[in-house]
Amino acid sequence: MAGINKSTIARKVAMALSGLFLVLFLAQHFTINFTSVVSPSTFNEISHFMGTNFLVQAVLQPILIAGVVFHFIMGFVLEIRQKKARSVSYGKYNGAANSSWVSRNMILSGIVVLAFLGLHFYDFWIPELIHKYVETNPDDPFRYYDETVAKFAGDPIRTGFYALCFVFLMLHLLHGFASSFQTMGLNNKYSPGIKIFTKAFAIVIPMGFVFIAIFHYFNNL
Amino acid sequence: MKLKLKVWRQEDAQDKGGFQNYDVEGIDGDMSFLEMLDVLNNNLVNEGVDPVEFDHDCREGICGSCSLQINGEPHGPDRRITTCQLHMRKFKDGDEIVIEPFRATAFPVIKDLVIDRSAFDRIQHAGGYISVNTSGNTQDANSIPIEKEKADDAFYAATCIGCGACVAACKNASAMLFTSAKVSQFALLPQGEIEAHERVLEMVHQMDKEGFGHCTNTGACEIECPKGISLENIARMNREYLSASVAG
Amino acid sequence: MSVLESKIPEGPIEKKWTKHKNEINLVNPANKRNIDIIVVGTGLAGGSAAATFAELGYNVKTFCYQDSPRRAHSIAAQGGINASKNYQGDGDSDYRLFYDTVKGGDYRSREANVYRLAEVSSNIIDQCVAQGVPFAREYGGLLDNRSFGGVLVSRTFYAKGQTGQQLLLGAYSAMNRQINRGKIQTFNRHEMMDLVLVDGKARGIIARNLVSGEIERHSAHAVVLASGGYGNVFYLSTNAMGSNVMAAWRAHKKGAFFANPCFTQIHPTCIPVSGDLQSKLTLMSESLRNDGRIWVPKHEKDAKAIRGGKLKPTEIDENDRDYYLERRYPAFGNLVPRDVASRAAKERCDEGYGVNKTGQAVYLDFKAAIERYGKEKAFTSGHKNPSKEEIIKLGEEVVESKYGNLFEMYEKITDQNPYKTPMMIFPAVHYTMGGLWVDYNLMTTVPGCFAAGEANFSDHGANRLGASALMQGLADGYFVLPYTIGDYLADDIRTGPISTETEEFETTEKAVKDRIQKMFDAKGKNPVDYYHKKLGKIMWDKCGMSRNEKELREAMEEIKELREDFWKNVRITGKAETKNAELEKAGRVADFLELGELFAKDALERNESCGGHFREEYQTEDGEALRDDENFKFVSAWEYVGNPRDAKLHKEQLEFENIELKTRSYK
Repeated sequence: MAGINKSTIARKVAMALSGLFLVLFLAQHFTINFTSVVSPSTFNEISHFMGTNFLVQAVLQPILIAGVVFHFIMGFVLEIRQKKARSVSYGKYNGAANSSWVSRNMILSGIVVLAFLGLHFYDFWIPELIHKYVETNPDDPFRYYDETVAKFAGDPIRTGFYALCFVFLMLHLLHGFASSFQTMGLNNKYSPGIKIFTKAFAIVIPMGFVFIAIFHYFNNL
Repeated sequence: MKLKLKVWRQEDAQDKGGFQNYDVEGIDGDMSFLEMLDVLNNNLVNEGVDPVEFDHDCREGICGSCSLQINGEPHGPDRRITTCQLHMRKFKDGDEIVIEPFRATAFPVIKDLVIDRSAFDRIQHAGGYISVNTSGNTQDANSIPIEKEKADDAFYAATCIGCGACVAACKNASAMLFTSAKVSQFALLPQGEIEAHERVLEMVHQMDKEGFGHCTNTGACEIECPKGISLENIARMNREYLSASVAG
Repeated sequence: MSVLESKIPEGPIEKKWTKHKNEINLVNPANKRNIDIIVVGTGLAGGSAAATFAELGYNVKTFCYQDSPRRAHSIAAQGGINASKNYQGDGDSDYRLFYDTVKGGDYRSREANVYRLAEVSSNIIDQCVAQGVPFAREYGGLLDNRSFGGVLVSRTFYAKGQTGQQLLLGAYSAMNRQINRGKIQTFNRHEMMDLVLVDGKARGIIARNLVSGEIERHSAHAVVLASGGYGNVFYLSTNAMGSNVMAAWRAHKKGAFFANPCFTQIHPTCIPVSGDLQSKLTLMSESLRNDGRIWVPKHEKDAKAIRGGKLKPTEIDENDRDYYLERRYPAFGNLVPRDVASRAAKERCDEGYGVNKTGQAVYLDFKAAIERYGKEKAFTSGHKNPSKEEIIKLGEEVVESKYGNLFEMYEKITDQNPYKTPMMIFPAVHYTMGGLWVDYNLMTTVPGCFAAGEANFSDHGANRLGASALMQGLADGYFVLPYTIGDYLADDIRTGPISTETEEFETTEKAVKDRIQKMFDAKGKNPVDYYHKKLGKIMWDKCGMSRNEKELREAMEEIKELREDFWKNVRITGKAETKNAELEKAGRVADFLELGELFAKDALERNESCGGHFREEYQTEDGEALRDDENFKFVSAWEYVGNPRDAKLHKEQLEFENIELKTRSYK
């Protein structure tokens, strides 16, 4: 069958799979970050492992980046098709009558998350690259905690923006996480349970990130 | 009651079209929405103005002819009904009602509120059937017992009237609910299983070709569907589609 | 014998169809490829015929005025489809279905046709199941049946209250397959405007493209009209808004005889008229009479109080209710045939016992059924001492599972909850047994022009039993026409393609265009609906549930005057070259204005009461229909000669060799 990879369903499934992959990454990321609240040394240990392990750096990291890029590009590709599918728009459109705001505005919440990723890269990833490969600093397994905390300490605007972005991530996940199961064809007696779990996840994880940021901010006033 | 109507008028497919305002009086709560439009049209004819064209036929909610986006919702504010079953008691004296055609690139406007939904037909031509000869000599109807629950699910999927409200409600103008209802009806029955793979691939392919949008699972279609076709059908179609794709 | 040759095969009734199939001419598959068939109308009869012709190898063109074949009004049939499967083991057989149908039709149908219908009925169910029609099933996985009016067995197959929809989608899916193969070309949003005859044979049609307004010529070797009935001559009916008689009437004017136009079915259970601006009546399935009990108050004062809004039906004591069907017809009770039930309702309302504001309604009450089912359900679920509330709750659940969608529909329309208060119903025009006269091959008196489904007159006599219309439509389309049309087309294998560039097409097209122009030229003051409503009122008042000579004569005059006024004073807005709903309606109403007069004339000439045709002059002492078999045991087939009132009557005498003519009794 020609054109399967171009079919709307296949694209949506790809979107769902990449989304789920990012959700897994998010859970992992959160777990590591959270250790910074409980135990700086554990945080340093894990961060060092992640930052220096060959498998993580050479295999997982590119996959992750590919996943992120794919998810975003596909998001835009889909958005363009959707716009084309209704070339003349309604004079009056009462979307609130039949669907939730979050479900109708995935592209918006997605764009905010994308903007956040930009900041995040600027904040952490690029300095990290510079640190490691440009300045070729010597390996220092104890720098991570201080570097992380320093980003929030004394910067209420950055902390606030960081928190706001995670609110949008929450909105994105509130619809997207559960929706990915439906897209992959899962809609049965387990669905209500999945819905509850995904909603809880969508709230707990992003709010956890916000908590970590605020924690470090207030801890270093 | 007295109502202010804001109605989409468009001469033909090429015309750009626009809203026109009309007032109607003497509307009774027991009248259907289309009967209200009949009143408007009779007034217009009496004034020598072209009446508003709209699709309608059975006026009992089963043929799927009537459409109309009413105050931003397909088939208006009530649930589980078509426009012909929408009664004016849902409105109040003095209300303004915005009436537009269902909008989707795959549903071009023919005139005023009349749209061309032949895209739906083409999706059905692509695979909406079981290849069995119609001239008799089939086996006895009771030779294959079918689990009641499955037969009922097939029936519920088959109650789709093809009105296009799902497309109209969807922010992406997606036809997934319609197509999935058609796919499901057959996929759920042993008679339809045999061609299930080919059917789903063909029908989805045609759906995409018609230019409908993707499904983002907003669920608007299910809520606006006059027959309450369930989103489960979309999940089922996706499943069928994936397994058909994998099987090649 | 006159020009009417019914071509009924010789031999015993149960052998006739098989014998006929064995003896008629066939067209070999290679030749079928060179033969075109036009099918007008894509409901159950047209859709199934088109699909089967295409499958056999003919080239098919279908026409429907809707935007998709799947929207034909067969889709609105609710209750079910009969078949003599005898799955319930309650003694059903082909003969019994045949007998019930002939008796139900008050002995005014053709025996051989009805027997064939019964014979192929089982095939229909097999066919539909094979193509994926999701009929209702029992827990064991086998097909379920229910019972309908006028019969004593359960032979009705159903899909909740949407049987017609499911069957039509089945026929449409069969069409889809052929469309996908390129064997069917669909012309949707097209209306047949006239029939084209070449050398006396039907060779094509003139159709109007309803989107572009273009007048098109289409040729074929045979034309099948499956365009439904003409109930909309009454303006208010359960038919779709667009249902019309144009195709059949045009064929009539070209030489096809119109049979029994006055045989109209008034369905007893419809939602009553609520106001002057109402456009359409909604049916409540006959299946409701399985469980609903029909009544009016026993005392006129109670009826008056109800009409005045001072009393509620639920406040009327059991002893003060008149379950008039159970009283008058103890054997069949609420399940008497439709004509009987309708007349009985009218009788009560005429006597002043009607119940809604207008006094034109009776009650259909589910209280007893809810209690009965509730008790059963409580018992089977081990509830030995249920309270009244529990019984009602359980009973309502059972009733909901059976009729939920109908109850919902009723509530949407009337804003009343039928679980708590009885439904109000009143008879409404539903189906027309009359139609184009056809022979055993379903061919009209115009060679090459066939009629199927409701458009022909053949199987239901003077009254149709519930769940038989779907059966007839599919029987004609799947199992009869595909054989019989070959008999006619066998002579056409050398004809070659029919050209549309001939004088016959030219003149017919011109006549169609002139007629359209004439309507525009009237430039009068009245919208089309004005005339349609007036016609409807004349028909309902004077040609409705009961008729008499005086009023029928008046009706003929009034319709004639109305028709003349129409052509002078109708106002059609817009242009002919675009989509124009007013023009579409005008063409249809113009034909109704002619048919209406013939209808009244037919009713006037039939000096007897039978089935849906009730002449006040001919009734028994207790108000039952009085048939006259000696003088009226025939089909009236009308030949068009100019004005409807001048139509020439041809009689097809009906022979009853297998059923004894009896007074129809359901007591």
